[in-house]
Amino acid sequence: MAGIIGYGAYVPKYRIKTEEIAEVWGEDAERIKSGLGINEKSVPAIDEDSATMAVVAAKIALKRAEIDPKKIGALYVGSESHPYAVKPTATIVAEAIDAVPDLTAADLEFACKAGTAGIQICMGLVGSSMVEYGMAIGSDTAQGRPADALEYSAAAGAGAYLIGKDEESLAIIEDTCSFTTDTPDFWRRPKADFPSHGGRFTGEPAYFRHVRSAADALLKKLNRTIEDYDYFVFHQPNAKFPKTLAKRMGIPQEKITDGLVVPYIGNAYSAAVPLGLANVLDKAKEGERIFISSFGSGAGSDAFSLKVTENIRKRENAENLSYFIDNKEYVSYAVYAKYRRKLKGL
Amino acid sequence: MKGSIALHWRRIPERYRLEGTHCETCDSYYFPARRICRKCRRKGRIVPYKFSGKGRIYSLTEIHSAPEGLEDQIPYVLAVVELEEGARCTAQIVDVRKKDIKIGDGVEMVFRVVQREDPEGLISYGFKFRKLH
Ligand SMILES: [Zn+2]
Repeated sequence: MAGIIGYGAYVPKYRIKTEEIAEVWGEDAERIKSGLGINEKSVPAIDEDSATMAVVAAKIALKRAEIDPKKIGALYVGSESHPYAVKPTATIVAEAIDAVPDLTAADLEFACKAGTAGIQICMGLVGSSMVEYGMAIGSDTAQGRPADALEYSAAAGAGAYLIGKDEESLAIIEDTCSFTTDTPDFWRRPKADFPSHGGRFTGEPAYFRHVRSAADALLKKLNRTIEDYDYFVFHQPNAKFPKTLAKRMGIPQEKITDGLVVPYIGNAYSAAVPLGLANVLDKAKEGERIFISSFGSGAGSDAFSLKVTENIRKRENAENLSYFIDNKEYVSYAVYAKYRRKLKGL
Repeated sequence: MKGSIALHWRRIPERYRLEGTHCETCDSYYFPARRICRKCRRKGRIVPYKFSGKGRIYSLTEIHSAPEGLEDQIPYVLAVVELEEGARCTAQIVDVRKKDIKIGDGVEMVFRVVQREDPEGLISYGFKFRKLH
């Protein structure tokens, strides 16, 4: 088996408040805040994109693991906002962290779960000894159509996970399983600037069915119950969905609090679960168990069971996620619009 | 950008990873890289060197009228950074205005977009610096 030997999480410095967006469109900010559970969201600087944020997260993961980047044998970047339509983000990241040239690399795309898909691929490669270390990154500068409900949540961030052998792991990945179907809840056609979504359809048949099914399947496979876990991290397009899911599964709300970063940074898409997990790893103690279940529209969910080891002390080698969450500066809607226009080339 | 793909590609180690050179004879560091030591000339033993990325602000200014391709990034802080090994380079300081930073402040290299003006062209990435807290 394999495990996490290093992790890195990054959120850009800029934030926009829900009130600031609501004001522009004449919406009721309090209603939106209580509905989505999002107070503010991260905004990338004008010179940041999914590649640059992935590099920050990857460097932090390397600093924690204390390994030579040349030993990384596989690198995957999952995103729905790759800077190029054709030309991999993964090669840019590999070059920037000096993992080149003896590695395999590719970009992944599966809406918000491309990052966890990368972790599964790296587990397979490490478990079969095809590579010594694999790096899986989820990074996104998500976009919402102006005035669409998504504009309040679509945010930016990156999470990087260095996967290696059990013995070196700060958290052993005990097992994983997935649940995947063709469910048209959210999509974007080539050359379209913004995604389209199925409104309410994104809930029951998409998010709840997939995340719940993957989670139930993994618990059954491991013959475990909710009580066996200290933390749960679910995909978080808003705060309402994971809270509702936890209630339905009988999970105490305090077990999802540390893994829920969406109220402070918004939905970072491919980075959402990687960031939530990082926030849990920043606090977890040796011997504790973490359960995670991601979600990608289209649709699928990857569930993982993790057990924290004594190597968790290595987290002190680098900045934790709260460093970036707390180091923030608010921008106006006008500045936000300028940054967003540049990102989409509008 | 279109006419300079080879140049862009050759400078990747320098721009992505701060790779310069070091003279082992007199312990001088060069960024960008020099193949011949300025002090030892032909007697110098020059080897490739990856800078740590840590440094200090040597001088700085805020740009309000940018060169072509960087117009959307104004206002931005441009500084001469003295790297801890001794070499100096000119680069943007990210996520700050001039009032937030002063000469002598510690900085660390970050990887950012340098230019992406042409929607059909290459995106240019490279080093900038962020203020250390
Ligand atoms: Zn010399």
